[in-house]
Amino acid sequence: MPLASFSGAFEFIFSAQESNVTGGKKVGGFDKSLELLIGHIEVTILALAIAMIIALPLGLYLGHIGKGELFAVGIGNAGRAIPELAVIALVATLIGIGMRNVAPALAVLGIAPILVNTYVGVRQVDPAAVDAARGMGMSEMKIIRKVELPLAIPTVMGGVRGAAIVIVATATIAPLAGVETLGDFILNRNIYGENGLLAGAILVALLALTIEGLLALLQNRLTSDGLKLKTV
Amino acid sequence: MTSPLVVAAGEVGGDFFRERSSDTLPCQAQETHLFCWDWAKENLDRYGTPTQQHLEIVLISVLVGFAIAFALALLAHRTRWLQPPLLTATGVLYTIPSIAFFFLLLPVTGFGRDTAIIVLSAYTLQIIYRNTMLGLNNVPDSAKDAARGMGFTERQILWKVELPLAIPEIIAGLRVATASTIAIATLVVLISAGGLGTEMYGSNFNFPTAIIIAAVIIGLMVLAFDLLFLTAQRLMTPWRKARPT
Amino acid sequence: MRSDKTRVRVLLAALAALALTLGIAACGGGDDTTSDTSEEGGSGAAIQSNPDNGKVSLTIGSKNFPEQEILGEIYAQALTAAGYKVKSALNLGSETVALKAVKTGQISGYPEYASTALTSFFGLEPEEVPADANEAWEKANEEFEREGLQAFEPTPFASANAVGTTTETAEKYDLKTISDLEGVSEKLSLYGSPECRQRIDCLAGLEKLYGLKFKSFTPVDIGLRYTVLEKGQADLSILFTTDPQLSAEKDKFVILEDDKEVFPAGNVIFVTTKKVAEEAGPDYEKTILQVQEGLDLNVVQELDARVELEKETPKQAAAAYLESAGYVGS
Repeated sequence: MPLASFSGAFEFIFSAQESNVTGGKKVGGFDKSLELLIGHIEVTILALAIAMIIALPLGLYLGHIGKGELFAVGIGNAGRAIPELAVIALVATLIGIGMRNVAPALAVLGIAPILVNTYVGVRQVDPAAVDAARGMGMSEMKIIRKVELPLAIPTVMGGVRGAAIVIVATATIAPLAGVETLGDFILNRNIYGENGLLAGAILVALLALTIEGLLALLQNRLTSDGLKLKTV
Repeated sequence: MTSPLVVAAGEVGGDFFRERSSDTLPCQAQETHLFCWDWAKENLDRYGTPTQQHLEIVLISVLVGFAIAFALALLAHRTRWLQPPLLTATGVLYTIPSIAFFFLLLPVTGFGRDTAIIVLSAYTLQIIYRNTMLGLNNVPDSAKDAARGMGFTERQILWKVELPLAIPEIIAGLRVATASTIAIATLVVLISAGGLGTEMYGSNFNFPTAIIIAAVIIGLMVLAFDLLFLTAQRLMTPWRKARPT
Repeated sequence: MRSDKTRVRVLLAALAALALTLGIAACGGGDDTTSDTSEEGGSGAAIQSNPDNGKVSLTIGSKNFPEQEILGEIYAQALTAAGYKVKSALNLGSETVALKAVKTGQISGYPEYASTALTSFFGLEPEEVPADANEAWEKANEEFEREGLQAFEPTPFASANAVGTTTETAEKYDLKTISDLEGVSEKLSLYGSPECRQRIDCLAGLEKLYGLKFKSFTPVDIGLRYTVLEKGQADLSILFTTDPQLSAEKDKFVILEDDKEVFPAGNVIFVTTKKVAEEAGPDYEKTILQVQEGLDLNVVQELDARVELEKETPKQAAAAYLESAGYVGS
């Protein structure tokens, strides 16, 4: 029985199916799945970019000057406790719907993990390395870019991956606020039926795993070889 | 469409109908209000049952998750080659978005609380497992050697030396896992499993007051558990002063 | 001066008389719609608890929007008053989910709009849905019976989707009917629930049967259908004819007349299985028919208003109704 449901779901992804509420119009299929997949990726990338633009410099700066531990860690803890559903509902009601409003809302969820991990990553850098760089006459900006950031990369990327997970996941309920993502299949059983529901769940899960895999590869690329030996 | 003042059926009393016009509507009926204090004061009691359901789901999920993750950690502690595959497996479970996870289980476990608990406990595995491993691996060899010297068996070393020394990391893992479980449990409303999500969805989706109250309850719940875990840690590790982390 | 005053008085008297006539006419209309279903059970009589029913457990379901939850609560509380052991599952999502829950025995029954049953479950085109409530019910029941299900007689009130807009937009483009949208719809954005896009009694019907094209269609949660109009994000929004906002805020929102009858109105029928109905005994159907007798359009709008506008719980609203109508003692 479960196996049959899954094969129905795969059929739904690749070829459009009959639906009994559309007056003969078929639903689902490859084109629709692709359209929703692209929508999901778009809002995810936009939100992740906004979160990184805000949280990375802030985390690097706070970590570098060694202040604001309470602030960074407090934001991190509070961030974990934000219910995704509340964020989407409040934005849709108080601010507005559509990509322009939903992407920044999703970014809010991604800021906490990136900020904390960046802060912690920079703080963990051996002070001797920073002192050595200073002794070589590097400017503070250069120390952040050439010493602290490269050494903190594994931890920073851990934060980015955490942010990506929560953003991809929350983008699934973005259709409630007028942004069409794969969640459309899941939230509208009425139209797409059980097959569509399951197809949506499969695609969202695969998308999340793919993004995680890509970010893990990127992390590997960005981490200097010397560092890898040390951490493994 | 007749005016609401006219009683049509003759069964419902005229006093059942309230008069309304767009300038006399209460705060909660206006689309643009941020928070309605009067409504909040009068309706706080409706959060009782959802809060209780929420707590139950979180507690069961974290307990089940802890039992499994702890057992896996002990297993991996003895059988070292299991460590990387277990970390990957729990990591994959953590990566699958919860909503997708709920519905992937639908053909197997259906709607309701069981599915919610399976998904939420699967979520806690990675954090608790990773932190338990971290705690066990961080135990200094000198401590184990000392115990061996005192004639402890390996089993005794695990339960009397390694695990007690790993308590701070284990509890740190539990704190994080519990906080995220409390937040994610709002989504179980999508599979009709109740909880505080019921006050954010459906007819309350456009009502910020209700959503904010539910979110505040969730925040308080996270704080309460955090305090509980910190106190537990202090009591369980009397040899070290618990530092807030 | 004096004659002016007299004239005003005469005018007022005439207006009062007119209002009275209208009121009586409205009352007559109301009586007409309820008399069809009032053969069974004493109207307004309190529900008697029957100890035999204590052995029967029922689970009453509903779909996941306020009007449905209120109806589910009314039935659940009434059946409790009749002595049944009642649980409720009032958040079942769409009709497909609810129907499946009935078939699999997860719930005993739930309220459904006859029109939705005919178009969603049995594949009728909107224009094939009978306008008469009893005919629609009989047609749906015939289909249900083939699958071992049963639908009880319909409620007095009916509900339908509607195209709504702000009074300003309606004035600006001189819109009274949906057909008036011809030629302007390309400039207007339409918002509706995500499922609206493909539903024949929603966007699909507007495109296919009215031949309209819109500037854009944006899917949003049902709960935001007035918010998007109020905030000016939407020019048009899919509303329900039972929405309380339409009477409480009639200076702000209007609905366009469905002149080609693409949005069939549906009275509510309670869908259950024959097996449950047999096991539960005669009080099951009797109680449900009895308490839905008072549910005309005004009452349902008042109930919706209490939940959607004043944010009472469906439970509170349902209890107030049952008490006010005398079905349960206060």
